[in-house]
Formats: sequence, C-alpha cells, structure tokens
Amino acid sequence: MYSQGLIGADGRTAEDQDFLNRFQARIDDEQKIEPNDPMPEGYRRTLVRQIGQHAHSEIVGMLPEGNWITRAPSLRRKASLLAKVQDEGGHGLYLYSAAETLGVSREQMTEELLTGKAKYSSIFNYPTLSWADIGTIGWLVDGAAIMNQIPLCRCSYGPYARAMIRICKEESFHQRQGYEIVMKLAQGSPEQKAMAQESLDRFWQPVLMMFGPPDSESQNTDQSTRWKIKRFTNDELRQKFVDATVPQAEFLGLTIPDPDLKWNEDKQGFDFGPIDWDEFWRVVKGKGPMNRQRVEARQKAWDDGAWVREAALAHAEKRRAMAAE
Amino acid sequence: MVSADNIAGIGMSAPDHAAQPQDPAPRQVPGDLPGRAQQDDLLALLMRLGDDHLILGHRLSEWCGHAPMLEEDLALPNMALDLLGTARMCYGYAAEIEGSGKTEDDYAFLRDGTAFRHILMVEQPNGDFAYTILRQFFFAAFMHPFWQEMTGLADPRLAAHAQKAVKELAYHIRHSGEWVIRLGDGTPESARRIGDALDALSPYVGELFETDSISIALTTAGVLPDMEVVQRQFDATVAQTFRAATLPDYAPEFAHSGGRRGRHTEYLGHLLAELQFMQRAYPGQSW
Repeated sequence: MYSQGLIGADGRTAEDQDFLNRFQARIDDEQKIEPNDPMPEGYRRTLVRQIGQHAHSEIVGMLPEGNWITRAPSLRRKASLLAKVQDEGGHGLYLYSAAETLGVSREQMTEELLTGKAKYSSIFNYPTLSWADIGTIGWLVDGAAIMNQIPLCRCSYGPYARAMIRICKEESFHQRQGYEIVMKLAQGSPEQKAMAQESLDRFWQPVLMMFGPPDSESQNTDQSTRWKIKRFTNDELRQKFVDATVPQAEFLGLTIPDPDLKWNEDKQGFDFGPIDWDEFWRVVKGKGPMNRQRVEARQKAWDDGAWVREAALAHAEKRRAMAAE
Repeated sequence: MVSADNIAGIGMSAPDHAAQPQDPAPRQVPGDLPGRAQQDDLLALLMRLGDDHLILGHRLSEWCGHAPMLEEDLALPNMALDLLGTARMCYGYAAEIEGSGKTEDDYAFLRDGTAFRHILMVEQPNGDFAYTILRQFFFAAFMHPFWQEMTGLADPRLAAHAQKAVKELAYHIRHSGEWVIRLGDGTPESARRIGDALDALSPYVGELFETDSISIALTTAGVLPDMEVVQRQFDATVAQTFRAATLPDYAPEFAHSGGRRGRHTEYLGHLLAELQFMQRAYPGQSW
C-alpha cells in the first residue's frame, strides 16, 4: 500500500546552480536518475523520505489487515487475505531495497520507524473492527494508493519507478479483491450490508486524508514536482479518487457519508465536503486511535526477533570461518 | 465411544473398527471398487490430513506481521498458504465424496473441537520462533516423504495433489531445517531456545506415526503410505539436520496421543473460537 502525500520532506539543497541546472535538464528530458548518477542532496533526501514512508506504510499496513487473517469468514477469503498481506510485506522489501540504492540501510530505516522519526500512512492508525474493513481497505485504501502510485511509475528515480510498476499491478489486484468483498456484503443480508456501510462511514474521511494536506498547506509539492518525484498535487489526486469512487459506491448501493457530495458540471467532477485536517494532523503527530499500538507491535516483533537475527549472523560467521580454514 | 470415533460434522459414523485404535488386524478392502467401509476410511483420512493442515496453517498465519525479520514475515505466511491449500483440497474432496451439499467451509467452520482429527502438536500455541520453526520442521520432515509415497498410490486425487505438495514440502524442509541449524549452531541463547523447543515438542512427534485400524486398512488398500517407510525417511532427515545443528540425538521418551480421536488440548477451543467466529456469529451467510 501506499505512500500518502509526502509529509515533512526537506528539499533544500546546497549544490551550485550550474550543477542543479544540469540535473534539472536531465529531469526535463525525462531521463531516469540511477543510483550512481550525481544528484542534489535535497533530491536524495526527499526520495529517501518518500520511499521510506512508503516502505513503512507497507509494513505497518500488514497489522490492521493481519488482524483478520485468523478470523476470515471462509477459507477462500482467508487464502486471499494471507496472500495479500504477504504481498504487502514483499512491497516493503523491494522498497527498502530501492532506498538502499540511496545509501540508507534497512536497519537505519527500521530504527527511524520505531523511534517515530519516520512516518507511515496515517490510515493504518485506524483499527479494523469488522470483516467489512478488509473489503473497504482493499477497495478504498488500495484504490487511493493506486491513484498515488500510478504516476510514481514514471517517477524520475529509476529504482523507485521500476519497483512501482510491479507494486501497482499487485495493488490493482488487491483493489479488485477488496471491491469484491464489499460487493458480496452489499448484495448480502441486511446485516452484511449494514456492516459494509458502517465500514465505509468510518473509513471515508481517513481515506481522503491519505492524499496528504491540501495544496495550500503542502510545502513539498513544488520542488518534488519540478524533480518529477511527484507528478500531481495532493488535491488533484484526491479529486481523481473521489470522481472514480463515487460511481463505484453507487453501484454497490452504499452511501458515501458526505452530505455535501454532488456532481459539479462545470468542473466535470464531484464537489465534496470539508475534511477534518485537525484530525489528520493529530493522527500524523501520533495521537490517532492506533499509533501507539502499531509502533509497539513493530517494536515487539523487532525486540523478540533480536536473538533470532543474532543467531543467524553468528551462524553465518561460523560458516565463513570454517570455509576460510 | 461414539463421540470419540464419530466422524462428527461430516454426518456419518466411523466404522466400528475405529473404536479400537490399537487393533493391528488389517481388514481386507477391495482395491478397485471402493466399498462403503473404504469410503468411510478415506473420509476419516481426509479429515485427519485436512485438520492437520488447517490448524497448523492457522498457527503459522498468526506470525504474519510479527516475525523476527521481514523475510520471515513473507516465508511464514507463504508456508501457511501451502498448508491452507492442502486443507482446502482435503475438505473439498470430502465434500464431493459425501455428496450432501457440504462445502469446504462446513468442515473448517462448523465442527466443534471434538470432531477435529488433527494431531496435538499443530494446535499448540506458537511459543517463540524456535518452537514454531522446529514444529514446522518436524511436520515437513514427516509430510515430505508422506506425499512422496503418496504420488504412487491408489487414490488418483490424492496422488495428483501429492505431486504438488512434494515440491512445497521440499521448500518447507529446507527453510525450516536451515533455521534449525542456524539456531542450534548460532549463539548460546539460540541453542538454549531450540533445545527448550525440542524438549517441549518431542512428546508430540510420535502421534505423526500413529496407526490405527483406519490407517492400516487404507495402507492395505494401497491408499495410504506405510508409516514405517515414512518414519525411516523422517528419522534420516531429522538426524542429518540435528547433526548439523549440533543438537542431541532425537529420542523422545513418550508420545502424547488423542488428536486422531478428537481428544485435544485446551488450546483448541480458543483457536476455534477465533477461526470460526464469523460463521458462528453470522450463520448461514455467504462471504
């Protein structure tokens, strides 16, 4: 899943203008930047932060969905959920590898996640309370992620763009799977339909927040856009998402919980009501319903696994010593 | 007698001979035209195999997102998926044989604990990574030769599944076996932990090889491998890996028993409460 509109990147850079111009010319020429190419420090730092947030989102995102693996309502759903959560872990793995090409190790990134220095998508700080949430996450959260990520397949940084191509294929499969879960509920018994609606009601606003703060408040957009790390603004992506999703909800017979939602003929898109940005910033700053539990779960896995990782290293060392003899 | 040997939840009683698990006398079962008795035995086998895989898959899947490293967050669910696949094959096949409109989900979600027929080892809580990985190794070291033998046996459906399962299990043995070696021959802490896991798991291994009149009848009919052959290969795999892991020879003093007759440990009820929650809370709905 998904980076959200990047939070807190610092695109400042100290190279001389001539170097920056040459770099910008390559970007404007749609050349891919590769790991050993010269690049401005600000470009590298922005990418590390974005890829890191994205990787952490995949890893933390395993928790809310993993929460339902043991309770999936049928064996078929259990198998597809297991495979999906495993895919998310796989995305985390290739994204950490993409970040390693920029000189940051997985250990450093993990540490930043655990100390709260690095962020992950705010959506995963919300709990999964019903089976319908597994459908909603696939349909809306993966759907929002795809909106964010399709343009990243053309991102100027080669390793990230290439990782994104595979990730997008898998995400689009997840989205269809999620939509199908919700469809089954929406067409099911009254209590199943109510379960789907309740889940949509809870997730709708947090999903819109996934695209990041409004353009009027976003500091990173300009520089990231010039460097073609980002190709659309947060608000543009959010609008595309709403426009794509409203008809899907209508097809399902579910109601999007927004009394202000209506078609705007002039802009050929939907107008929608205000988003609670105070809630967004609260969640980003660690005060969401599950922030503490998510990081604690990752910390526990890391701490409990320390002796396993030490054993693997010690054994590898013994093997090397034996081979050297 | 009825409760222990009733293949409950699949709507039929096991043949009488199931009541005497110690009874060594094989029955004669016609090879090509499976009679009612052999069909009952086959159903009993499918429940045993299906339940072993479902329950162990459930335990493994509990690790997802909590493993010691990202690679294991991928590997453990990957193995869980293989196990779940085998469970689904077994239940799907059982449903066809029964022909009463049941689905794979009825077997997984609508039987109570005493109707489950898996061995006790698979329902034990995960413990630490050493316990989980050693249990996986034991199970794989058993299932790999089991499926290998099965590829040449009489039931075409099981033989076909065996072709696929052999490949999966070869990976499970390699993956879990390499970990047993790393942990056994890693740090003092990892050696202590895998040693503790071995002490805790040893009494649960013997049940893998348990035979009773059902399994003996199926072996005689050419449907189930000879457990002695499977055990010889299991012993060889374990001995080789334990040597590399600098673990002591594996020689369990006793074996727990009961799972094949529905006599489980207290952990199963809790596991099923979770596994079956949705189907119990929302009966009769489709998902």
